[in-house]
Amino acid sequence: MQFIPNSPIKSQMLQEIGLHDMKDLYTDVPKKLQVKNIGLPPGRCQQEVEEHLRKLARRNKSFCEIPSFIGGGVKPHYIPAAVKSVLSRSEFYTAYTPYQPEASQGFLQAIFEYQSMIAELTDMDVSNASLYDGATALGEAALMCTRITKRKTFVIPKNISWEKKCVLMNYTKGAGIAVKEVMYNQKTGMIDLEEVRKVVTTDTAGLYIENPNFFGVFEESTEEIQSFIHKNQSMFVVGIDPLSLGILKSPGSYGADIVIGEGNCLGNPIDFGGSTLGIFACKNEFVRQVPGRIIGLTQDAEGKRAFCMTMQTREQHIRREKATSNICTNEGLCMLAAAAYLSWLGGKRLYDLSLLNYSKGQDLEKRMMNIPGFTKKFSGAHFNEFVLQHPKAKKINKHLLQHGIQGGLLLDSWYPELSNCMLFGITELHSEEDVDHLISHLKEV
Amino acid sequence: MYQSVKYDEPLLKDLEVCVRQKCLSIPKIPQNLQRTTFVNIPNLDESQVMRHFLHLSQLNYGIETGIYPLGSCTMKYNPKICEEISHWEQFASLHPYQDESTIQGTLQIMYELERFLCEITGMDHFTLQPAAGAHGEFTGLLLTRAYHEFQKDFSRDEVILPDTSHGTNPASAAMAGYKVIEIPSNQEGTVDLEILEKTLSEKTACFMLTNPNTLGIFESEIDRIAQLVHKSGALLYYDGANMNAIMGKVRPGDMGFDIVHLNLHKTFSTPHGGGGPGAGPIGVTKKLERFLPVPRIIKKNDIFSFDYEYPDSIGKIKAAYGNFSVLLKAYVYILLMGGNGLTEASEVAVLNANYMKKKLVDSKYYELPFRDLRKHEFVLSGQRLLNTKGIRALDVAKRLLDYGLHPPTVYFPHLVKEALMIEPTETESKKNLDEYIDALVHIAQEDPDLVKNAPKNTSVRRIDEVGAVKNPILTWKALEMKTEKSD
Repeated sequence: MQFIPNSPIKSQMLQEIGLHDMKDLYTDVPKKLQVKNIGLPPGRCQQEVEEHLRKLARRNKSFCEIPSFIGGGVKPHYIPAAVKSVLSRSEFYTAYTPYQPEASQGFLQAIFEYQSMIAELTDMDVSNASLYDGATALGEAALMCTRITKRKTFVIPKNISWEKKCVLMNYTKGAGIAVKEVMYNQKTGMIDLEEVRKVVTTDTAGLYIENPNFFGVFEESTEEIQSFIHKNQSMFVVGIDPLSLGILKSPGSYGADIVIGEGNCLGNPIDFGGSTLGIFACKNEFVRQVPGRIIGLTQDAEGKRAFCMTMQTREQHIRREKATSNICTNEGLCMLAAAAYLSWLGGKRLYDLSLLNYSKGQDLEKRMMNIPGFTKKFSGAHFNEFVLQHPKAKKINKHLLQHGIQGGLLLDSWYPELSNCMLFGITELHSEEDVDHLISHLKEV
Repeated sequence: MYQSVKYDEPLLKDLEVCVRQKCLSIPKIPQNLQRTTFVNIPNLDESQVMRHFLHLSQLNYGIETGIYPLGSCTMKYNPKICEEISHWEQFASLHPYQDESTIQGTLQIMYELERFLCEITGMDHFTLQPAAGAHGEFTGLLLTRAYHEFQKDFSRDEVILPDTSHGTNPASAAMAGYKVIEIPSNQEGTVDLEILEKTLSEKTACFMLTNPNTLGIFESEIDRIAQLVHKSGALLYYDGANMNAIMGKVRPGDMGFDIVHLNLHKTFSTPHGGGGPGAGPIGVTKKLERFLPVPRIIKKNDIFSFDYEYPDSIGKIKAAYGNFSVLLKAYVYILLMGGNGLTEASEVAVLNANYMKKKLVDSKYYELPFRDLRKHEFVLSGQRLLNTKGIRALDVAKRLLDYGLHPPTVYFPHLVKEALMIEPTETESKKNLDEYIDALVHIAQEDPDLVKNAPKNTSVRRIDEVGAVKNPILTWKALEMKTEKSD
């Protein structure tokens, strides 16, 4: 049997340890519970399996075959060959969690560099070594806010993705946290400061905002929000799109206490919404409440620089039910991709890339607005996503699909007030041809 | 014998001088929203980046470096073909909200993988959404809560688990809002039925169990355990971290478990990625189906689609549908192995573990508390070495590194003193097992000072973990501040 080198010498090994039959290894399993086999077909050779998978792959259409302009979640980005090459090192991808630091200095240093770069990007003091995704990072942030403030309400804006909200509800249920929502300004698409003042109370553990928000719009009153929130002695949690921070002011500079985000865009394939990376960073004073692993720089017995997992008394393998989170396995390899990606880009090229994404968002919106029927939904400046309204939104998407294009995300199923609204997204990966193709078919409707 | 390289690899930030440079402002974005200087990440050439990460990779031990017998971690070889297929563009470059007509291959894989896992575990339904084992546990406990609340039973706020359970079990239960009650194991290292019976009540939401447990011992009284748990109205939860012992031999569903999580990155050979991504699918019996996360994948007239119409569903526990690349690798692995191959994998994993156990116990340097027959892993006690030579389990672990071998899990489970928890898996040859046994025996015979001062052949010597906690340096920034201070 492939991948089982001792298959041919089972009886020899049994004999060496005084057993006669493989059945002797399972005498502790009650007979009536034992099964004879698994009701699955027998194993197949690698070539056959590959052929089978090729057939399945042909039933999919990838971004190359069907360019997508869907906003509101992960978007495809260019992945440098160098990043793929780093990820292909099996010393990295076949390793376990670095419990033995002397044999894991490479991964540990890479995590330290990742933590450092996330700290630079967000202007936070501390980053952890990753959480599952942006949505669970929000759940963990809400729990952390209640641990710190001992308050039991968490406030979110109405304009976050329904998936994220749903995950948040599941994360906060056990702790008995009430989640309250703040309506956004229907003209600008930004969070409404007056609404924030109404909803936030002395029981508010924290307020979450996204910048750019779910509609792609930049939040302009972050300073006012943070000063109000901090006067209220609540925590200020900011959700980011890491690529936007190439040009945008960092959340640390406008007073965020915790910064979270989805880091899939940092060198990871979209993988059907998998290969996610939960970014989690915060100020120094809260470090002992952080969920998940943190790597620290220290020294070895000879005084040489070394890295290890640190502050492990926060974690489940030491603290069990008193841990700050249950997370063990995180998104190590996606984090490594982010570290390699950010170091490949550097600060300057990150700015260029960020600007490119911004500009393409502006250009696409402009071209679409020239087509009769489209109206701009929100007045706020936006990054690489934006919301447009069109009386035949559904029909448009159908038409585009027939011509091999994925249109925008229809918003009305989750935001009844946004009927016929579509959320479009574009990145550096969309070619001019893709955009021309989209525009010409939009004109046909 | 493998020997680690020894680089003093600089930090990225020290590869090139990075000066805070001003960046141009962008006309249409309000000025107060823009950053004024580039993000402080060095601007390196690709060659510098590649050398840096290549050096780091060489400072890391992976499963292709050598044997990796961490107990309860199932570090088996990861077939290359699984990896390669997962990178194909038609899989890796799909958007989660793409039209269903353009993702039929992917949906079919997820649909069939759910069926495969049902067959292997004897459960009725699966969800693939959880991103890791602990995430699966958390999901399972949310299902538990939904189930009891659906029965209008709001008094169940306790989760019981044995003292041998993985740390994630109590942590997940606490996160789901439950009180955790840990019960001591009996003299056999298994669940104490009397204590369990006394602890179960109308307040018990569920009992979490790993079988075989973390000592590698099969809970032979599982029938009775299931009876007791169900009689009290609670659910029985299966932690699937040790599933590699029993595929094709006995199924959690047949043992009476209501909820099962699997670790695809353990049993189904998807690489661990240095800490993830993983996948922790959850299997349930029929009575729990209505609560599973959405969307479910359904098949009608050979067309696959997502179904969100489950009003009693707990909703979502992760954005999108799970770590798809991990799911894909597990799917390919199951096709390669087939029913017969998976059974053989479990059998030989158990054979390898018992082979090592017997040889090591016979050496007389290590003891085996509790029952003799083990499944895919076993836990030795190094107490004798501590008593006679002052060598601790940690010292043995560190000394193994000098032999170019990855140590086992140490100091877990807690009820074994100086625990060495060894899980060789089925993918190691007899020669590798013999070498590992020889190393462990040889270490026991070595000069204690040599062992206590190990490792010396690795890129760094024993690490000051206490100092790392007292004086946390977690980023470049913090390091610079520290250096400035000491200057």
